[in-house]
Amino acid sequence: MQVELQLFATLRKYAPDQPLDKGLVMNVEPPLTVSILLEKAGVPLDKVKIIMVNNRHAGFDQELAAGDRVAAFPPVAGG
Amino acid sequence: MGKILRVNMTELTAKYEDVPEKYALLGGRALTSALVADEVPPDAHPLGENNKIVFAPGLLTGTNAPCSGRLSVGAKSPLTGTIKESNAGGITAQKLASLGIKAVVVEGRPPEDGLHLLVINEDGAELVPAGKFAGMGCYALTRGLWQEYGANSGIISIGPAGEMRMALAGVSTNDREGDPGRYAGRGGLGAVMGAKGLKAVLVRTDKTFDAPVKDPEKFAEAVRKLTKALAEHPVTNQALPAYGTAVLINILNEAGGLPTRNFSSGRFEGAAKVSGEAMAEAVAQRGGKGRTGHACHPGCVIRCSNIIPDAKGEVLCTPVEYESTWALGPNCGIDNLDHIAMLNRLCNDVGLDTIETGVTLGVLMEAGVLAFGDGEAAINLLDREARNGTPLGRILGGGSALAGKLFGLTRVPTVKDQGMPAYDPRAVKGMGVTYATSTMGADHTIGYSVTANILKVGGFVDPLQAEGQVDLSRNLQVATAAVDASGLCLFTAFALLDIDYALPSVVDMINAQYGTSLTVDDVFNYGKEILKTERAFNAAAGFTAAHDRLPEFMKLEKLPPHQVTFDVPNEELDTVFNF
Ligand code: SF4
Repeated sequence: MQVELQLFATLRKYAPDQPLDKGLVMNVEPPLTVSILLEKAGVPLDKVKIIMVNNRHAGFDQELAAGDRVAAFPPVAGG
Repeated sequence: MGKILRVNMTELTAKYEDVPEKYALLGGRALTSALVADEVPPDAHPLGENNKIVFAPGLLTGTNAPCSGRLSVGAKSPLTGTIKESNAGGITAQKLASLGIKAVVVEGRPPEDGLHLLVINEDGAELVPAGKFAGMGCYALTRGLWQEYGANSGIISIGPAGEMRMALAGVSTNDREGDPGRYAGRGGLGAVMGAKGLKAVLVRTDKTFDAPVKDPEKFAEAVRKLTKALAEHPVTNQALPAYGTAVLINILNEAGGLPTRNFSSGRFEGAAKVSGEAMAEAVAQRGGKGRTGHACHPGCVIRCSNIIPDAKGEVLCTPVEYESTWALGPNCGIDNLDHIAMLNRLCNDVGLDTIETGVTLGVLMEAGVLAFGDGEAAINLLDREARNGTPLGRILGGGSALAGKLFGLTRVPTVKDQGMPAYDPRAVKGMGVTYATSTMGADHTIGYSVTANILKVGGFVDPLQAEGQVDLSRNLQVATAAVDASGLCLFTAFALLDIDYALPSVVDMINAQYGTSLTVDDVFNYGKEILKTERAFNAAAGFTAAHDRLPEFMKLEKLPPHQVTFDVPNEELDTVFNF
C-alpha cells in the first residue's frame, strides 16, 4: 500500500533531495506502524519528537492505512 | 538600588528619582504594570495627558545572564483600552540597566504639536527638539541618530504611524547592527509615544553588562547552570538557531491550526514556501549578508533571529519571525517570501505592529479592498497609504476590529479589539483560552499553550479537545508573567519547562543579584501578583467576564481540516483567574 512521509527541519537530512512541499511516497506492505515506516525511511527514532498522521498527533505505534500522510518533526519551537 | 527617570512632556523636564521600596524587586512587566496601575487613572484616554508610557528593563537585564536583555514597554493601550505590556529584544534595555535605570516614565502631553528626542547620557538626560525627524521612517531615523550621536546607541523610536497615533503603531528598538526591527509591537504603544510627541529615546553608553550584582560568585554559578540548560535543550540549541521561529509554519500547518486567509482554514497550501526551512534555504543559496543564528542582543545564546537577504545578498529584513511571516503571509494568502520580507520591512520602517497589520490586511482582503494573495497591493497599501496617512492608510492603522466594523464583517478574529496571532484557537484550544482571558487582548506570548498543545514541551494536552486547556493556560499565564519580569527572553521557557534545574537557576540568579532568598514557589506567587494588578486595572477600566470571550464566529464556523469550533465553556473560561 502507499503512504506519504514528510520530514521537517533537521530531519530533512534523511531525505535531502525531497522538495520542501512534497513528502516521500512509499510503498510498504501492511501491517505498518509509524515506527516501521520511519525505520524504512532510515530515520533514527530518537531524533523524532512530534508525529502527525493526517493532521493529528500520533505515537510511534500508530497503525497506518493506505493513503495516510505522516509528518515527522524533531524537537522544534518558536513563537 | 537604581533610579527612575521621570520625563514630563508638559513641562519638558527629565529628572531622576529614587525607586520607592515597593518597586525594589519589580522589573520588566512587573514594574511597567505596577507603575501604570499606580499612576494612570483607569479611565484615562490612552492618547491623553493622563496616560503614561513606561520603559523598563527586566530584573536580570544588564547582567551576563544568558538571553536577559528584554525591554518591557507599558501603558494603557489605545488598541484594547486595557493595561498593556509589550516586550522586545535589541540592545537598549541592557544599556538602561547598566546605567542603573530601573524605569523611564514618560507623562503629560506637550502644549503644542512638536517632536522631541529624549537623550540619556551616562551623566544625565535631556529633551531635545526633534522636528527635523518628523515623518521619518525608523530605518533612516536610526541611521541618522547613530551618525549624529554615535554608533552603538540604543534607540527606542516610532515611525510615522506612531506620530499619526495609529492604534496599531508599535515601538521599535535596534539591534547591534543598527537595524530597527526589534519591536514591542502590540497594543498601539507607538501611538502613546506619538501622542506625547516623543519621537525617540536614545541611550548613549557602551555599557552592557554593568548592572550591580550583590554576590557575583553565586551569580556566576547560576549563570553557568542556565547556560548549560539552554545548550542542552534541542529546541534552544538546534531548531531555533538553524531555522528561526518560522520553523513553526510547517508544524502548525500540519496540525491544521495555521490560520489562513483571515482565519477561514487551518491549512495553507503555500506553507512550505514561507517556512523556516525555506528561509534557511534562501539564506544558504543567496549568501551575502543573509544569515540564520543571529542574536538580537549581546549575551543571547539561543540566537533565534535571522537576516533575510534579497536576491543580491543585501539585507532585505531582519528578523523575519514566525508571527510576522504568518500574519503577512498565510493569513493574507501570500506565499512569496520576498513579498513577506518586504512587508515586514515596511512595518518596521513605518512603525506598524506586524501581527496587527497582517490581521487587518486579512480583514481588508475579506472585505474585497484588496485580493487575497496580492503581495504587491499589500506592499503599496503599507508604503503609500499607511506611511502617508491617507484615509485608506488610516483605516488600516485603526487595526483589525475597526476594519471589520467599517466593512460590516462577522469573521473578525479579535479579542478586546486586538487581532489574534498565528494559532487558530479552534484547532489549538489552549491558545483560545489564553486569547480570551489575557489581560491584554488576543496575545500569544502571555500564555503560550502551543508548548503542550502542539510542541510536546512541558507535557501534552490534545489541542482539539476542550479538556485541560484552562489549567494549561492558567499555569502558563502565571509563569510567563514572572518570566516577563525577569528580563529573560521567553524562549528560555522551553528549557525552563523541560529541564529540572533550569528554573531554580533563575531564582538563584535573582537571589544572588538582589540579596534575596526567594524560592521557586515565590516565583509563581510573583506571577500571580502581576496578573492581579493587571486584572484590577482592567476591571476599573470597565472590563468584565463578558470581555473574556472569543468572537462568536469561532463558535459557529467550523475550521477545516478538522471541522472544529471553539467549545471551551464560558464558565470554565471564568475560572482561569481563580487564585
Ligand atoms: S532567542 Fe531570539 S528573541 Fe530571544 S534574545 Fe535571542 S535572538 Fe533575541
